[in-house]
Amino acid sequence: MEFFGASLLLYLLGAVCALCPVGRELAARLGPLGALAGSLAGLAGILRAPVSAASQIILPWGLPVGSLSLGLDPASRLFLLPVYVLGAACAVSGAAALSGHGEHACRDRRGPHWFFFNVLLAGLCLVMAARDAVCFLLAWEIMSLAPFFLISFHDDEAEVREATWVYLVAAHLGAVCVIAFFAAFWAGAGATGFDALAGAAAGGRLAAPSVLFLLALVGFGAKIGLPPFHIWLPDVYPAAPSHVTAVMSGGMINVGVYGLWRALELLGPTAAPWWGWTVAGIGIAAALSGILQALAQGNLKRLLAYSSVENMGLVCLGLGLGLVGRSSGNETIAVLGFAGAVFHMLNHAVFKGLLFLCAGEVLHAVGSVGIAHLGGLGKRLPAVGALFTLASLGIAGLPPLSGFAGELVLALALLSGFDLPGLLPRVAMAAMLAALAGVGGFALAAFAKASGLAFLGEPRTPAAARAVPAGREAMAPLYFLAAVAALAAACSPGLLALAGQAALDFPGLDPAPARAALAMAGGVLWSVLAISACLLGFVAAFLLLRSRLLAANGLRRQPTWGCGYAAPTARIQYGSGSFVEPTAKILGLPMGLSRRLDMDAGYFPARGALAVASPDRIKLRLFTPLFEAVGRACDALKVVQHGRVHLYILYVLATVILLLAWKL
Amino acid sequence: MHTLAHLLLALLLAPLVPGVINRVKARMAGRTGRPLLQTYYDLAKLLHKGSVISQTSGWVLGAGPAVSLAAILCALLLLPGAGTDAPVRFAGDFMLMAYLLGLSRLGLVLSALDTGSSFEGMGASREAAFSALAEPVLFLCFLSLSADTGSFSLSGMLGAGLAGAVDTQRLFLPVILFVLLLAENSRIPVDDPNTHLELTMIHEVMVLDHAGPDMAHIVYGASLKLWLFAALTVLSVLPARDMAAPAAWAAFVGGVFLVAVAVGVTESIMARLRMERVPRLLGGAGALAALSLVLMVWR
Repeated sequence: MEFFGASLLLYLLGAVCALCPVGRELAARLGPLGALAGSLAGLAGILRAPVSAASQIILPWGLPVGSLSLGLDPASRLFLLPVYVLGAACAVSGAAALSGHGEHACRDRRGPHWFFFNVLLAGLCLVMAARDAVCFLLAWEIMSLAPFFLISFHDDEAEVREATWVYLVAAHLGAVCVIAFFAAFWAGAGATGFDALAGAAAGGRLAAPSVLFLLALVGFGAKIGLPPFHIWLPDVYPAAPSHVTAVMSGGMINVGVYGLWRALELLGPTAAPWWGWTVAGIGIAAALSGILQALAQGNLKRLLAYSSVENMGLVCLGLGLGLVGRSSGNETIAVLGFAGAVFHMLNHAVFKGLLFLCAGEVLHAVGSVGIAHLGGLGKRLPAVGALFTLASLGIAGLPPLSGFAGELVLALALLSGFDLPGLLPRVAMAAMLAALAGVGGFALAAFAKASGLAFLGEPRTPAAARAVPAGREAMAPLYFLAAVAALAAACSPGLLALAGQAALDFPGLDPAPARAALAMAGGVLWSVLAISACLLGFVAAFLLLRSRLLAANGLRRQPTWGCGYAAPTARIQYGSGSFVEPTAKILGLPMGLSRRLDMDAGYFPARGALAVASPDRIKLRLFTPLFEAVGRACDALKVVQHGRVHLYILYVLATVILLLAWKL
Repeated sequence: MHTLAHLLLALLLAPLVPGVINRVKARMAGRTGRPLLQTYYDLAKLLHKGSVISQTSGWVLGAGPAVSLAAILCALLLLPGAGTDAPVRFAGDFMLMAYLLGLSRLGLVLSALDTGSSFEGMGASREAAFSALAEPVLFLCFLSLSADTGSFSLSGMLGAGLAGAVDTQRLFLPVILFVLLLAENSRIPVDDPNTHLELTMIHEVMVLDHAGPDMAHIVYGASLKLWLFAALTVLSVLPARDMAAPAAWAAFVGGVFLVAVAVGVTESIMARLRMERVPRLLGGAGALAALSLVLMVWR
């Protein structure tokens, strides 16, 4: 708790220093320094104490309702972990990116930027530690508002302004439901402390727990990015500076999962069996639709955004399985589902953070993250290319990295579903496992596309051919995250045990069978680790063999075989649209790909143009018409709200006369 | 030692499987065909050759095939032999096997993209698309097997044979696994492995710019993958656990080569499907697998 307090203070100190009027250069140094120091202090606090320890303090509070009650338990600690790790990495990366002289360095705004960056981190920490509904909501609002100012950093670009508004609207539509959830809960419980809320739920004093559950699902689901509320992710992530995106994708959207987790914990024993199936079903649907849309994207950051939808879907799948297991009394499914959700969340945070920082380096070096402008960057930015490929392996869930371990725990929870009574639950579990396999296959295709087309082959533009690597300061956070990923891979059984602590803490689980299930899964992960070690050994042996043989027998370099075509150019390489064409022929609709071919008829067309785009169908068909209708309705009100002051005074006069007439 | 017997057998005999396939195809076409041991000769020759690699490529070109072969070797570590358990077995190991096959595929896909050739990009994109479709089918097969045997480990679910009476739903599985073998190993009717050029659509396209030791990694990896799928197909029906050791091993190896003969016959009597038809083939296999799973769970 002391370290947690110290980290909050350091964040606030960093925020204040960043606004310090003397010397912009100093302020721009102190801001990230505060974020770095705060994150490291918080990280030290988490690593120091055993994860299962619970602590709580209540501080004085000036408001008539609620209390400033903060606490840490396994769930809080595990959800804080990615915030601190990414906070530290992104502070350093952001400081390097903003101090550069590239076209994206807006030097004058760095002070306010770092102010809000620190505020975001502090808000995230407060949300995870709040043990009171009012305190939680205040922290939630701070945490939701701060990114608005961070995303708008390059607000001279129209897309950035648009994305900023999309974010604000999405965040607040979600927040409305979260506020409604806590308000209704408060009305039932009569107090705002989490203990009191949980007590009210356990005592059966809630009128309609299912309504509360739906409010929480929609409110927190909008933050998580579950469809159809995912539409802000693909717009916001490309618009925000890369270090902000990394924090948002790895640290901030988890807060939605955390909120859902907390809400389910508070609702506790009132949970109906259909809640779990709903969450799991939405989760697996989000995962499938997310990865299919990711596959369709031609912009690296949009691709990564949809991949976040996929991974958060898998996290929700785990959460849903946990609920299903708890309501059906199957501790194995429950604990593996909950632990798998936390484990996958941690994996996603590290890999996605690393991927976004790599994308940021690409943007810095080339000036674009459109795949059509990239290519061949592996030679020009070798470190970024290698790290991006590494993180791609991890996020696609391939061994030997810990992404596989996370998905395996979820699969084990699904497999235990064969023990459920009845045909339907068992078939549903099997269908979800098959869908998980499909998600794995498409994730592989999507990340083969991302890393293969951006970093391999020939550069598609002169800008990509001229890319120069960033300095040591900018690369350090990337190496740090890669080291964290390697550590996670080597300690995957330990990580599962940590995630298991949070799962065991979930109310309503019988600890003895749950511990046995965790031990079984831990044993499985040790076997996976053994195979992973074999894999690395084999790879090293084959590469050694290859280099020996080539040293003995000679190696020559020639141009790529062009199938007899004499003048190949970089443009004839497979690109974003063509790479997914075989998949698009079958799954074009769920991928959201639109394709327009303009070509003269006949066998020898003189002219042809093909446009492949991947707009978000839900945004296009649902939200855009909805908000346009709202806009038109508001425009209609301009009849009375026209800005003419003398008529406004007339309104006042009319109102006064009406009131007088009513009273008399 | 006993558990490693299958691994040794696979390492030694796998290159014979393509030889058998080619011999069957040649005989059915009325030719003599190349020697049965041709793949061994090819491997020996490739290992003693230098390499010509593309100017465009970087480290991925060489690393991809090495990772690919290593991943298939690790997948073989999870496969049980005839009546023996695999060296490593645990609940859910079939998922590790499927993902290791995925890693091996990714190695080749990235290696192909590293050359910057549009032709190889074409192969890479098809490989990524079709195997993504094949993955759920493979999972459904494993789930059917585990629903039938009550075991979540490959060592438990394979080699049990047709439990009790001959169940019709159980007979779907070898057929589906055989279709998956054809798809995952890029054989007719999914792909034509005959040529290195225009007739070929997927696997051989990706490896066009590889030579020497890299090509040896690829050829050996492809043989091992073929062996792996053939062994899966055989063990899904062969009751190897209930047989005496020598008979079980003989039946297992015989079965693997029987599958090779079946591949050869299929390739001789069928033409390659048009690309658009391949998803229908996989969809059909998937529907069959789902049906067999539901029947198994229902029982």
